[in-house]
Amino acid sequence: MTLATTSALDITALLPLIWAALIGVAVAFYVVLDGFDLGIGMLFPFAKDDAERDRMLASIAPYWDGNETWLVLGGGGLLVAFPRAYSIIMPAFYLPLMIMLLALVFRGVTFEFRAIAQRKPLWNAVFAGGSTLAGLCQGFVLGGLVQGVKIDNSAYAGGPFDWATPFGLLCGLGVVAGYALLGATWLMLKTDGDMAVRAAAKAKVLLIAVLVFMAAVSIYTPLAFPRIAQRWLTMPNLIYLAPVPIVTALVAFAQWRWIEARREVAPFLATIALFLLGYLGLVISTFPYIVPPTLTVHDAAAAPSSQMFMLIGTLVLLPLIFGYTALTYWLFRGKVREGAAYH
Amino acid sequence: MDHVMDHVMDHVMDHVMDHVMALDPVLLARLQFAFTVSFHIIFPTFTIGIAIYLATLEVLWGWTGVERYKRLATFWTKIFAVSFAMGVVSGVVLSYQFGTNWSRFSAVAGNVVGPLIGYEVLTAFFLEASFLSVLLFGGERVPRWLHVFSGVMVAFGTTLSAFWILSANSWMQTPAGYTMNEGIAYPADWWAIIFNPSFPYRLAHMLNASLLTGGFVGIAVGARYLLTDRHVEEARTMLRMAIALTAVLAPLQLIIGDLHAENTLKYQPTKIAAMEAHWDGSKPAPFEFFAWPDEQTESNLYSISIPHIASLLVTRQWDGLFPGLKDVPPQDRPPLPNVFFGFRIMVAIGLYMIAAAWFGTWLLWRGRLFETRWYLHVVAQTWWVGFVAVISGWVVTESGRQPWIVQGILRAADAVSPVPGGSIATTLILFILVYGVVFSFGIYFINRLIARGIQEIALPQHPPRLASGHPTLEPQNAPGHSL
Repeated sequence: MTLATTSALDITALLPLIWAALIGVAVAFYVVLDGFDLGIGMLFPFAKDDAERDRMLASIAPYWDGNETWLVLGGGGLLVAFPRAYSIIMPAFYLPLMIMLLALVFRGVTFEFRAIAQRKPLWNAVFAGGSTLAGLCQGFVLGGLVQGVKIDNSAYAGGPFDWATPFGLLCGLGVVAGYALLGATWLMLKTDGDMAVRAAAKAKVLLIAVLVFMAAVSIYTPLAFPRIAQRWLTMPNLIYLAPVPIVTALVAFAQWRWIEARREVAPFLATIALFLLGYLGLVISTFPYIVPPTLTVHDAAAAPSSQMFMLIGTLVLLPLIFGYTALTYWLFRGKVREGAAYH
Repeated sequence: MDHVMDHVMDHVMDHVMDHVMALDPVLLARLQFAFTVSFHIIFPTFTIGIAIYLATLEVLWGWTGVERYKRLATFWTKIFAVSFAMGVVSGVVLSYQFGTNWSRFSAVAGNVVGPLIGYEVLTAFFLEASFLSVLLFGGERVPRWLHVFSGVMVAFGTTLSAFWILSANSWMQTPAGYTMNEGIAYPADWWAIIFNPSFPYRLAHMLNASLLTGGFVGIAVGARYLLTDRHVEEARTMLRMAIALTAVLAPLQLIIGDLHAENTLKYQPTKIAAMEAHWDGSKPAPFEFFAWPDEQTESNLYSISIPHIASLLVTRQWDGLFPGLKDVPPQDRPPLPNVFFGFRIMVAIGLYMIAAAWFGTWLLWRGRLFETRWYLHVVAQTWWVGFVAVISGWVVTESGRQPWIVQGILRAADAVSPVPGGSIATTLILFILVYGVVFSFGIYFINRLIARGIQEIALPQHPPRLASGHPTLEPQNAPGHSL
């Protein structure tokens, strides 16, 4: 302990930033990983037949549970590292969060239920509806956070429907389109033949939709929120931050070419890149606020000893988690072929 | 008894409905949390027990190469998967409800409780999810040792999960290793926080309960197969393993429960007073077989009791004294009917488990177990006892902590989120509807799996079609009779 005391001050000051970064990474992992399996659900109604749906489900069955665990880590991490933010965000988004959780209940049990059930159409609809609703609610929460949360006396002070704005809906539809694009490019990666061709056709439509939503959010937010205009459109930020939209445009252009060329891996990776760029843009718009426009990561931080206790464990355990997550992705690598038994 | 029922209904109408009608956020948040957490605990209870059973079967198969163990493991893995999925989705809900329903609790206790839950996610959830995939879908892709290892890792993960969440819950019952500053709890000693005074007892009690719950489901399924002359060899193995296990663990549970109560008497004496409906701490307590603990008159109505027995059980002395409910003001007393009746249901089931397991062991020893049909008929019907006992036990310990959410630190009424009662009431109704549907289908599908039987799943007669990673097999035996 005596050795640590000298540097304790520096680390204490850094802890909230380290934790903000870790939670940011957890949320990014969640969005990309559960994004593609939620996207599969959104594409369910547009599948050719039940055989194709079987293949779609088989392509994500070994992964969905692990993917959804990142959502628990994101929520749990917020409670661990920023209890004050957690105690404001959860009541603020009470209804969309609850509906998202209920939607996830329905779609989660579908994996097991549909395999046993004889009436597939019922569970097809449940899976599609649950996946879409979950993505839509996540978009509403995202939009609600960006537009800001009303706080009074360090508690949520707004109404139950503050999140239900046109901007929230824009974000909700954007997330749904994005997840569906992840799902379609995942299918290009995991299937072959006609099914991969159909996935590519869907991916093209969805890419255009995603770009439209990204552009709409990028134009609307600086107009509606002076703090965001301030961040992006003043000198010298304008120059430093210009690469973000430029790289996004380049990635989108390359992705279009890769989808047309029916590349297998590149379109999926490009979708991930688009997501991360969009995410980076939102972080730039809101940092250092964890609950815009009042609560910063420093205001909301847990006691340093709590953040430290958890940080040590996280640094030991994260490599292990990456290890066995990688193991499952490696074990179940390769195409899910038509009619092939999965185990 | 009519009189008693009238009284119960009056009580419910007076105290509960008034608050519900007024959309009281505290009561609604409590009702909603009680509903979602009770629903959730069913599945971990079962999956912890079954995971350990599966790991045992996998290891036995790996060790001896006897195919029967493999067939049993495959059969129980399917049931485990359905139950696990319901546990996962209902558990994700809870990790958010700490904040949606109890945001003041998150702010006050987050520094302490947060990391315990964080460690649960990091050590247990990812481990379970990854190795469950290998267990479910890895059959032909991985070497046998890795499959066996995955079974052990899933069991280890479920146990780790229980370790952390019970540590967090126990800290809320018997907080230790913290300091308070401006109404917020700060950690002072992590070792004292994790291994707080009630934690070892609660962990042992819950893990043992999980094994007993799984054991009684195993006994019921085995008995059901024997009675219908199906899978006789596997059914006998199932029964032998489960009866031997429960014959040891059921009496052990009584001992652990007694030690747990001794610990509770030291740290939460009011909970013990409520469990025994003991009002006057200056007199020895009778054991109430039945009573209606009446909060208005501060006495027990319709009491059927034996003098001194509660004193003997609680203090080990005929004339022993322990604090009564009147030792604390009415606003500090827990809701008595929940605690009092929950305790009696749990103990009654515990005694049934001992009787059923020991009688089964005696039959097994005399070589008559598989022919004593009346016994098989009884145990085939009591698959549910463990679940009811576990929920009753949790009602005792959670209601018994009231009015506190963290004993002595924060009251439930002060912990609630600033969310309007209407929002909570709406989502409460949605939860009841959604969970009702999901639960009904879950039970139905588990029954289907049991009705399909063992060999048909493990050794398919025709090539399986691809569906959700499981081979889809049409039931070869008519689905039907329920557990």
